[in-house]
Amino acid sequence: MKEIFEILEQNGRATPEQIATMVDKPVSEVEKIIKQAEKDGSILKYKAIINWPKLGKEEIWALIEVRVAPQRDVGFDAIAEHIYQFPEVYSAYVVSGTYDLAIMVKGKNMQEISNFVTEKLAPLERVQSTVTHFLLKRYKENGEIFHLPREINKRLPITL
Amino acid sequence: MLNTKSAAPKTRDSLISQKVATLPPSGIRKFFDLLSSLEDVISLGIGEPDFVTPWHIREAGTYSLEKGYTMYTSNSGMPELRQELASYLELRYGLSYHPENEILITTGSSEGLDLTLRAILNPGDEVIIPDPCYVAYPADIILAGGVPTLVPTSEENNFVIRATDIESRITKQTKAILIGYPANPTGAVISEKEANAITELAKKYDLLVISDEIYARLIYGVEHICFPTLPGMKERTILISGFSKSHAMTGWRIGYVAAERRFIQALTKIHQYTMLCVPTMAQIAAIEALRNGEAEIEKMIQEYNRRRRFMVKRLNDIGLPCFDPKGAFYAFPSIKATGMNSEEFAEKLLRTEKVAVVPGTAFGTCGEGFVRCCYATSLPNIEEALQRIDRFIRKSRLNT
Repeated sequence: MKEIFEILEQNGRATPEQIATMVDKPVSEVEKIIKQAEKDGSILKYKAIINWPKLGKEEIWALIEVRVAPQRDVGFDAIAEHIYQFPEVYSAYVVSGTYDLAIMVKGKNMQEISNFVTEKLAPLERVQSTVTHFLLKRYKENGEIFHLPREINKRLPITL
Repeated sequence: MLNTKSAAPKTRDSLISQKVATLPPSGIRKFFDLLSSLEDVISLGIGEPDFVTPWHIREAGTYSLEKGYTMYTSNSGMPELRQELASYLELRYGLSYHPENEILITTGSSEGLDLTLRAILNPGDEVIIPDPCYVAYPADIILAGGVPTLVPTSEENNFVIRATDIESRITKQTKAILIGYPANPTGAVISEKEANAITELAKKYDLLVISDEIYARLIYGVEHICFPTLPGMKERTILISGFSKSHAMTGWRIGYVAAERRFIQALTKIHQYTMLCVPTMAQIAAIEALRNGEAEIEKMIQEYNRRRRFMVKRLNDIGLPCFDPKGAFYAFPSIKATGMNSEEFAEKLLRTEKVAVVPGTAFGTCGEGFVRCCYATSLPNIEEALQRIDRFIRKSRLNT
C-alpha cells in the first residue's frame, strides 16, 4: 500500500490504471485506497512544481528565524497558528535550537517581505526577535533539483 | 595461399590475425548509424542502468582522488575490497571464499569472463552456451581459442537452457558450460530444479560451470540461484559478477571473480600481465558500495520492478506476447504476429516511430522472432515508447 503513495508522491498524475499495473493490484483496489486517503487527509492535495523564474515571474523568498514566547497550555501552537495564517507565509515549522519558529515567506519583491516583517510579524506581542535571510539561489526543493544544466545524454543510444 | 618466401609486401589484411578478422562484428552497427542520424528517438535498446551511480559511492571515488590514491594496488585487488566481498558473499549466499586467494577483482565482469576462458581453454576445447545469449560469450570463447557450442533455447521454456539439450551436445572436447541468469537478453531466471539438472551434468561429465551472475541483484519476487551454492558445485563453478548492474556503476569498470584457489591463481597470472590491477578509484568506490549501498539497491530494484510490470503488461496488451521476465531489466516479446522478422521490425520501428529496440537475432539465431526491450529508462519514456510501438503495429496491420 505504501508503494501506491510513493508513486503518487513522485508523479501526482499517475492514473489508478498505471499504478495498479506497477504494483500488481486490481485497479478497483488502488482506486479505493486512493479515495480513502484523499478523504482521510493522507493525501492532502495534488500540485505541480512550477519553475516560476523560467516563466519570467519574479519572486523573492526569505527564511525567517523567529523567537517567540510560548504560552501556557498551547506552547508554540497559538502563536504559530497566528503567524502561518498570513498569506505571505509559505511554510512554517517549530524547530529546535537557538530560535523557535522557522518560516518561509514569499513576496513579489524585497519591499513586500520587509513590510511583512516590520509591520506584521515583528510587532506581534509574543514575537521576541526575527532574523530574515533572503534566498539568493535555489538549488533543490521538495527533492527536485532546479537550474539543471541541459541534460547531456550520458548513455550511448544502444548497447548490448 | 600465402607464399612465405615471396618478397612482395604484405597486404594490410594479413596484418590482422585470422581469428580476429573472421570474428563477426556486433549485430547492431547498422542501428547505431541509423540512430545517430535521427532525432527524438526513445531508446529501449540500452543495456545499462539509467541511474547515475549513487552519490555516496561517487563521493568515495572523488575523495580517493583528493587523498591521492592514484597508485597501483595489489594485482588481485585491494585487500579491504576482497575482504568486503568475501563477507558479502558469505552473508548473502552463505558462501565462503578466502579473500586472499579465492577472489580476484577485475575490470568489470567482462574481464573476468575473458580471463576465465583464457585460463581454462586449450585450443579446440568446447564451451556450451545458450542461444540466444549475451553477445560477448561466443566471441570471447573464440578469442580464447575455444569453440562455442550453441544450445538452442525456446520461448516454451522462457529461453532457459535445458539439461537434456546440453547433454546431447557434450563431446570429449567439452570443458565448460557458460551461462548467465538472470539473462541478457531475455530477462529470464533459472529455477533451482533447472539449475540442479545442469549441475548433475557438470558432475557427470566433469565440466566447469562459468556462472555470469552480473544481474543477480536485479531479480523480482523470486530467489536468485547462485551456482556455487548448489550441492557439490563450489569446486567446479567460476562465479563472475560485478558492480555495474547492481550499483549502476557500468562506467567504473569493476567486477570480480570468485572461485577455488587453483582457478583464481590461473586467472591472476593473465590479469597481472595484462590489466595489472583495476583502477584504484573504482576499487575504493566499490568498497563504499559494499559497505553502504544496500538501501540504494533496494530503491533501484523497486523502481525497475514498477517499470517491468508496466512494460510487460503493455507489451502483452498491444499484441506482442511476452513471458514474465523475473530478472535483469529486459523484456523479450515475440514479434512473430507482425509477420516481420526481428531485424525488419527493429529497423522499421526505428525509422517510422523512432523507437529503438534490439533485434533478438543480435544475440543468436534462436532470437529470431523476438526483440529485446530494456526498461532501464524512465516511466514516461517507456509509456511513450509503447504508445509508439502500439501505433506502429496497428499501421503495419493495416498495410498487410
